Amino acid sequence: MTLVIVFYDLKIVNCELNIKTNNNMSDLEKFLEKIEENIKIEPKDWMPDDYRKHLQRQMSQHAHSEVIGMQPEGNWVLRAPSLRAKVILLAKIQDEAGHGQYLYSAAETLGKSRSTYINELQTRKAKYSSIFNYPTLTWADMGAVGWLVDGAAIVNQVSLQKTSYGPYSRAMVKICKEESFHQRQGYEIISNMAKGTPEQKQMAQDALDRFWWPSIMMFGPHDADSSRSENAMKWKIKNETNDQLRQKFIDKTIQQAEIIGLTIPDKDLRWNDETNHYDFGEIDWDEFWNVVKGNGPCNDDRIEHHIKAHEDGAWVREAAIAYAEKNG
Amino acid sequence: MENKEALINYCLRLGDSSLILGQRMAEWCSNGPILEEDIAMTNISLDLFGQSRMLYSYIAELEGGTNEDEIAFRRNEREFFNTLISERPNGHFGDTIARNFLIDAFSFHYYKQLVKSNNEVISAFAEKSLKEVTYHLRHSSEWMIRLGDGTEESKIKIQNALNKVWKYSDDMFDVNDGDKSLIESGIAVNPEEIKEAWNETITSVLKRAKLTRPEDGYFHKGSRNGVHSEYLGHLLTEMQYLQRAYPDAKW
Amino acid sequence: MDNQGDIWEVFIQSKPGLAHKHVGSVHGMGKEMALQNARDMYTRRQEGTCIWVVKHADIIASVPEEDGSFFDPSNDKIYREATYYTMPEGAKNI
Repeated sequence: MTLVIVFYDLKIVNCELNIKTNNNMSDLEKFLEKIEENIKIEPKDWMPDDYRKHLQRQMSQHAHSEVIGMQPEGNWVLRAPSLRAKVILLAKIQDEAGHGQYLYSAAETLGKSRSTYINELQTRKAKYSSIFNYPTLTWADMGAVGWLVDGAAIVNQVSLQKTSYGPYSRAMVKICKEESFHQRQGYEIISNMAKGTPEQKQMAQDALDRFWWPSIMMFGPHDADSSRSENAMKWKIKNETNDQLRQKFIDKTIQQAEIIGLTIPDKDLRWNDETNHYDFGEIDWDEFWNVVKGNGPCNDDRIEHHIKAHEDGAWVREAAIAYAEKNG
Repeated sequence: MENKEALINYCLRLGDSSLILGQRMAEWCSNGPILEEDIAMTNISLDLFGQSRMLYSYIAELEGGTNEDEIAFRRNEREFFNTLISERPNGHFGDTIARNFLIDAFSFHYYKQLVKSNNEVISAFAEKSLKEVTYHLRHSSEWMIRLGDGTEESKIKIQNALNKVWKYSDDMFDVNDGDKSLIESGIAVNPEEIKEAWNETITSVLKRAKLTRPEDGYFHKGSRNGVHSEYLGHLLTEMQYLQRAYPDAKW
Repeated sequence: MDNQGDIWEVFIQSKPGLAHKHVGSVHGMGKEMALQNARDMYTRRQEGTCIWVVKHADIIASVPEEDGSFFDPSNDKIYREATYYTMPEGAKNI
């Protein structure tokens, strides 16, 4: 009997060796040919150093976002208003931890360990999605986060399923499959509140008011201002630009707001018959860059929380390692 | 009639213990020592919430005119019947593991017997829960062993944690008058019957963990009659906040 | 061992009778923790009946530079395929 094992995610054991061959044109040509023909790049394949670095940055940023994203939602799990809402929210946050793990795992195939990535997060060398630096103030925010933040993330992630790096693409496929319930969970919360008591409706609108703009900022700067986009598109790490993805998200979300009687806080929002898309107002890029640079309402808290959990757990990890070294 | 009241109270005992421990385990969300462990602990939490929901639905059916959320979110401190040990604060990871280990070993042996209950709902509850707590016990036991036989620091921490929580363990074995009648009629299990098995599990895991079984001394009790520690009130305050603040709202 | 533990590759059999399939990796400090972590990570949606974990460092893999010498020699051996053979007309169950 032959045992068939589908096995892809071999980590790079000796990445320096690969980097040295950077000047070898035939390697580069082979690489570009694969990109051209939409053949996935696998961990042990030769790849340009910049491609590897771009992926390390993007994938770890993605992983950190999943992990830091647990905090604003975790903020409400103990106070969820029903047992059903509680288990759904907890399962969703747990999925996010899992997705962080899948992504770290994929990012580790690029020859950098998870502990290194975590260290970069804690020393603020690495970023995570700025949206998680906004506070979740009421239960309606659980609705807004699921509906808008997960909604925006899904648009991005669906597109990333086609990314050129094999382990990243496979992680995205798995994540998209598991996340299908996340956005519905949030939309259910906010729509129930929008048709609830006046206080609930007010909370729902307030949550939309606070989360709308940060959500559409999630797609990043305009294409013209995005220095890294060009390479990412060339190497097919990304297949759609920031602005294209943002437009997609806006186009599909407006109707969802209308149908539950909430108003999107943008007076310039209107349908454009010529482009077949919605036009929307100017994004406050000052706010965006401020939050990216660490001045958001929760940047310090999120990182301190992460460091505290990591430090509190140090003795536990040491014990488990000591035991494993003795007993396997 | 009396039997129904006893049955409801008995289900509250089981359901509340799962709910309160579930809430404690949910506090670990984003605070675990390693990402994988965060997921493990919230998995346990989800199992426990599932257990309490199953029993609350049954109570709602027995009582009529109520539902699982009314039961979870609209009762006061003295109306909860969870074990004292389940409401102990998480403390550090070792405190949580020591607490859970004693509970898991109890639940494992208790549900093993409860499967034989002549009440179909309770028997089904026990069957489902037994599978879950079998894994919970494996999880907490393996951690007891790792912390006990890990480093010098972890050995001291887990031994102290165990010594501290020990005095809340006997409360799990307490029964009230209603329980006694249910035990007689074959619906409930007498916890005394599983004490030996519980002791054996504890002793054998502690041996592997190279830890010392604490001396049996004074034991705190009272939860079987709804008398709790101060911690429960704070836990409920947080958990019940939205239902209490907006009594007319539907979520 | 790194402070995140070793990397373990996870293989899951989704149904009895099927091969174990690679699903990803977990970190774990020792084999029991690796197995438990794999269970919590990869079977939250009833995906499995059996799990294998294999320490990543113990896996031996072929390297892409050898792709040619490793895999191409088999591409002219079509006689290994059942469809290569001509059967007499009318023969059944073969």
